[in-house]
Amino acid sequence: MATLVAPAEARTDSAPLTSVKMSIRGLDFYYGKFHALKNINLDIAERHVTAFIGPSGCGKSTLLRTLNRMYSLYPGQRATGQIMFNNENLLDATVDLNMLRAKVGMVFQKPTPFPMSIYENIAFGIRLYENLPQRQLDERVELALAKAAIFDEVKDKLKQSGMALSGGQQQRLCIARAIAVQPEVLLLDEPTSALDPISTAKVEELLSDLKRDYTIAIVTHNMQQAARVSDLTAYMYLGDLIEFGATDQIFLRPMRKETEDYITGRFG
Amino acid sequence: MTQDHTNKQFDVEMEGIRSGVLSMGGRVEKQLTRAIKALAQEEDSDLLDAVGADEAAINQLQISIDQQCAQIIARRQPAAVDLRMVLTVSKVVNDLERIGDEVKKMAYKAAQTRGSDQLTRVRYYDVGRAASNALAMVQHALDAFARLDVERAASIIDEDEAIDAAFSAILRQLISYMMEDPRTITPALEIVFIAKSIERIGDHAKNIAEAVVQVVKGKDVRHSSAKQIRAEVAQS
Repeated sequence: MATLVAPAEARTDSAPLTSVKMSIRGLDFYYGKFHALKNINLDIAERHVTAFIGPSGCGKSTLLRTLNRMYSLYPGQRATGQIMFNNENLLDATVDLNMLRAKVGMVFQKPTPFPMSIYENIAFGIRLYENLPQRQLDERVELALAKAAIFDEVKDKLKQSGMALSGGQQQRLCIARAIAVQPEVLLLDEPTSALDPISTAKVEELLSDLKRDYTIAIVTHNMQQAARVSDLTAYMYLGDLIEFGATDQIFLRPMRKETEDYITGRFG
Repeated sequence: MTQDHTNKQFDVEMEGIRSGVLSMGGRVEKQLTRAIKALAQEEDSDLLDAVGADEAAINQLQISIDQQCAQIIARRQPAAVDLRMVLTVSKVVNDLERIGDEVKKMAYKAAQTRGSDQLTRVRYYDVGRAASNALAMVQHALDAFARLDVERAASIIDEDEAIDAAFSAILRQLISYMMEDPRTITPALEIVFIAKSIERIGDHAKNIAEAVVQVVKGKDVRHSSAKQIRAEVAQS
């Protein structure tokens, strides 16, 4: 199976792959007795977008959910192996999960704004981790909304409920909420599957801006989306990592027949 | 190209452009056969009309196949081998259309070179043989495309070198005739143009062969030497 990030000659992205943000080694994952991820070895490159693609049930969302220990909320789910992040194996029982999830933020398929004002949606998370004077808090909220490319649309209605926004705006609000606590890694699980094409384009455009500051991992069912937004693509099937490489290479000339069958729509 | 797409209509569309190339290629072969006849025979205006009609039909096929390619890209967003196939078909129809132009030029020039007895031998034998070789090369290139046969495609590169050599030989012969008798200059120059068209047909057939290697291997082998292309083809 493919292990390290794509070789230098396979990359066409101008940003050099200087460092690895997360290093996954020998990762296995179980839902009770079901073996959902099998010996995954993969590096998540810093300030790049890594996409996970594969048919339903291949383990791509599971893999994403191990990266901030989301699965720890559920009994019977366990991971073994190693995910090195900031010199620490984040699978260790001693890891502070609240701090981990602040550093590794997550955005879900359906927009999940809190039933409170737009301002409070953002400020809520910041207050959990920091005690800032009001003016600084205002700045942080504005910065997060601006980075998520939604500030101009909501600046006059910060006091209104976040639930009143459109689906696309709600999703960008959730992205703003995730980046407000200044994470290092952003995990996106099918972030645009419930959005219309224009909102999808806005979120995709946003990703290309966000990767200057954040490391991004995205799960998507939309292969063209993976091709558009990611620098590196991992193809998974039945819990195995089949192929991992530069997105340009995967979509033009995949090394493995299984990958080609999937991305050309010949699968199954 | 072994397994079918989950979406069968996609298969139908891909097969449409592929068979479109083959029928366009068939028309080009027919046209080239007529032009070779025009080289050997006495003036025959029906033959020239037929070559002209072939050319018009080939142009129409180019437009319609290119349109189908654009539609597949817009509607299916093909990736990997499918994307390479669509891009290649678009290139191949371009080469076939250019061959059609060259063949038409050949046939019309052939009519203008008659009446020079001294050059009859060059025209009938050397130019005629080079033209037959070019026809074989076009047939082989289309065959390699139909079967996606990279070994066959690689052998076409050698055939092109043979046609280039034949062109140089014809040129040398014509130069010696022209030096001996300046009255041959006008018909000789026409024959030079015909030989040049044949040489260009060889180049276009070679482009088609290179495109086949690109579809199958995913490597762009244009501007590579015959040796490099062989090495690429040999890699599994």
